[in-house]
Amino acid sequence: MKIANKTVSAERLVRDALEKAKHFADYNIFTFLNEEGAIARAREIDARIKKGEKVGRLAGVPYAMKENFLSPDGETTASAHILQGFTSPITATSIAKLEEEGAIMIGRTNMDAFAHGSSTENSYFGPTLNSHDKTRVAGGSSGGSAVAVALDIVEFATGTDTGGSIRQPASFNGIYGLKPTYGCISRYGVVAMASSTDCIGFFTKTPDDMDLLMSIASGQDSKDLTTLPDYYNNEEKNPNPQKIGIIKDFDNDSVDSEIRNALASKIDLLKTKGHEIIELEMPALKYALAAYYIIVPAEIASNLSRYDGIRYGFRSDDSKDLDTLYNNTRNEGFMPENKRRIMIGNFVLSSGFYDAYFLKAAKARTLIIKEYKNAFKKCDYILTPVAPNPAFKLGEKTGDPVAMYLEDVMSVPLNLAGVPGLTIPAGKTKNGLPIGLQLIGPRRSDKSLIKFSKELM
Amino acid sequence: MKYLPTIGIECHVQLATKTKLFSEVDNDARGKEPNSCVSPVDYALPGMLPRLNGEAIRLAILAGRAMNCKINSHSRFDRKHYFYPDSPKGYQITQFYEPIIGEGFVELPSGTKIRIEHAHLEGDAGKLTHFDTYSLVDLNRVDTPLIEIVSMPDIHSAKDAHDYCKELWRLMIFAGVSYGDLYNGNMRFDVNISLAPETSKELGTRAEIKNLNSFRSVERAVEYEITRQTKLLEKGEKIIQETRGWNDASGKTTAQRSKEEAKDYRYMPEPDLPPINLSADFIDTESAKLPPMPKDYRDKFHGIIADDILEIMLDYPQLINKTNEIDQKHLKSISNLFVSVLLAEEKSAEFLNDLPSAKDLNELAEMNEKKELSSTATKEVFLRLFDPQMKNRGAKNIAKELGLIQENDLGALEKIVDIVLAKPETKKAQDDYKNGEQKVIGFLVGQVMKESKGKANPSAVQDILKKKLA
Repeated sequence: MKIANKTVSAERLVRDALEKAKHFADYNIFTFLNEEGAIARAREIDARIKKGEKVGRLAGVPYAMKENFLSPDGETTASAHILQGFTSPITATSIAKLEEEGAIMIGRTNMDAFAHGSSTENSYFGPTLNSHDKTRVAGGSSGGSAVAVALDIVEFATGTDTGGSIRQPASFNGIYGLKPTYGCISRYGVVAMASSTDCIGFFTKTPDDMDLLMSIASGQDSKDLTTLPDYYNNEEKNPNPQKIGIIKDFDNDSVDSEIRNALASKIDLLKTKGHEIIELEMPALKYALAAYYIIVPAEIASNLSRYDGIRYGFRSDDSKDLDTLYNNTRNEGFMPENKRRIMIGNFVLSSGFYDAYFLKAAKARTLIIKEYKNAFKKCDYILTPVAPNPAFKLGEKTGDPVAMYLEDVMSVPLNLAGVPGLTIPAGKTKNGLPIGLQLIGPRRSDKSLIKFSKELM
Repeated sequence: MKYLPTIGIECHVQLATKTKLFSEVDNDARGKEPNSCVSPVDYALPGMLPRLNGEAIRLAILAGRAMNCKINSHSRFDRKHYFYPDSPKGYQITQFYEPIIGEGFVELPSGTKIRIEHAHLEGDAGKLTHFDTYSLVDLNRVDTPLIEIVSMPDIHSAKDAHDYCKELWRLMIFAGVSYGDLYNGNMRFDVNISLAPETSKELGTRAEIKNLNSFRSVERAVEYEITRQTKLLEKGEKIIQETRGWNDASGKTTAQRSKEEAKDYRYMPEPDLPPINLSADFIDTESAKLPPMPKDYRDKFHGIIADDILEIMLDYPQLINKTNEIDQKHLKSISNLFVSVLLAEEKSAEFLNDLPSAKDLNELAEMNEKKELSSTATKEVFLRLFDPQMKNRGAKNIAKELGLIQENDLGALEKIVDIVLAKPETKKAQDDYKNGEQKVIGFLVGQVMKESKGKANPSAVQDILKKKLA
């Protein structure tokens, strides 16, 4: 990525990015442009460069930030009405680390409200359009971030991945997108969706950029007790040759034929480079989507309880008592998909249903974790499609929530297991839509995974 | 028919940690502005995650050990959901499935043992103040660490309910885990009570009386409920399972919420906090820090300090702590001074926090035991030891300055007795005594005391008089 130095100023980089952002305004990528703030920051960095002072590894690099990261720059709304007007007094740990290295946030990017969705159509600000076809969805929930990188507006963008929200939009827009190992990057200061599966990650144009960002943003954080002790920068294994697992169940008629062809050609490429391909049986993965849509809504219902109109954000007027204030605020403030998940979540946690749903899903999750552990005894990485189809048409699935959920069938198992997955661009369909494949590794293999992805170039 | 009440008590104890259970802000909001001890975590900003205060874990271990409880090496947190402005997150972080403190028991002064089912760690809620058309929310108390102690239904009388609560309070104070300030809600009690025929093996339907904040109100509420439920049962009516509130002024409980209206808390494992795993070594090391408990003092002082005096002293840890410095031989007399003199004073609360030095107390007891001070004089000097103007001078000097030292020199006393006996106005009394009217000796002792300006030791004087008039 382009880093500011004596010949290329940070201000130039930032101004270029802002200009491009405005040029692509019709894609509805940004919910907030940080013009003044970004230029001021760029000037500070330029002044330091001029004085010959040490600047960070991301000096003057413009980036886009998903709407659900807390920072005092602009409102943190998670693209939800209920958080309108909320400006955070706090900066997320991951954002603070990037900015310490000189990265400059030029704008906040659109997303499905509270990250509930796979298309960025569930945003209070309307959908973001696909970078390769404006009639199609950007993917989601981190759609704005993916399109900002794909259209080359910024060098990188932050995202969150609870069930595929980085990998799937990366795949729909033809760029790299990493969901790291659960606990690799602090979740402190990121609007929670589902605490036990939420991961912070990035969109980039190259594996090396991804590695640089991970080396900066990863690490244990005393403000997030679920972070793992630092390991990212210490982990790297010899890249060649490797055993690559493929999952038969993810390579059948339910998957788009062009995606299957892309997978086949990458498998051939790996073989020619001397890697061994093995077929994996992972029967427990068929429970993943069902388990995911029980555990995650339960955590969502819980995590969204704090949005009650009492302390911050949107409050519905004209509420005569406490109950109507809660009802009106939450009814007007949440998107239909938010409400759907809150209702599912509260249902599965209700007394009398907990054992039948939540507990059973938690057991299925344990099976899935075991299945990945066993798989990684047989192979080093697993290669699968990210989603069964390339970017679909805007509005195509909004009327059918289950069809939308089915888009996540290949991405959610990783979140339940906490293993890392990297979306790798793998060509285009004949209609010019990007195809992405997903390289999966065992927990804490993030760095090797990124390095190994170069074998698929 | 006779009915047997069965009572179980849940007690919330606020732990005296420096900071809150899940954040780094001040946990002691006494005398502070509303909403001034609130971090973004307590306030439940988006994206905030709970941290875990290790001090709360240590105090929970001490509290558990004070109640002879097993400390669980593995425990974890759950979320308990409900909507109310006192709960910013929309849920309370508690330990529903795997609490840190396991089974144990509390022994009452009477010797009755009340079993503890478990005790768990959780965060407290905020406070609402209601006005005519609006309510104010104060979040200072949000996520103050609490342990909730759940007893087995082993209590069968209002007195035992009272004694159990009081003993719990003593245990928490002695263990140093809570300030134990009941007025400020440091300990709150929920009482479950049911009645069943004495011969019945099954328990009756229970009512729960929530949020009692004194031992006396626990006792009175139980008494009231026993009467209320007995009357209903005698009329053949059914007890409704419900939550009732206690009105201290009217001395009555009133229905608040029935079982059907009970909330569904939708418990869920807390995904933001990893489980608490404690090593056996850590539990042992922390448990060893438990200071002596009331039971230890009862064993230690049995036969030295009267049981009833000691029970009173056990309500005042300052007094008990002082016993560690006082000479064993003076313990009895000093304990008596503490209970009968100090605690009777209007300013006793103030005095308790500024007790005289052990040296002064020992000196005072010594003078009393040597009969240098009469019991009245001893009390007087004792109180002067709390007088900021005098206390620094020491017990002996105070006694001297006030001229309270008794004359014990028999030769000197004899001279004074002779002077008195020579006085014409004592002649009649002397004759009466000799004629067998023994009680007039009191008059004569009084005259000698007067002559000595109160310094004579009255019992020595009496002995001399008796000899001389024999």
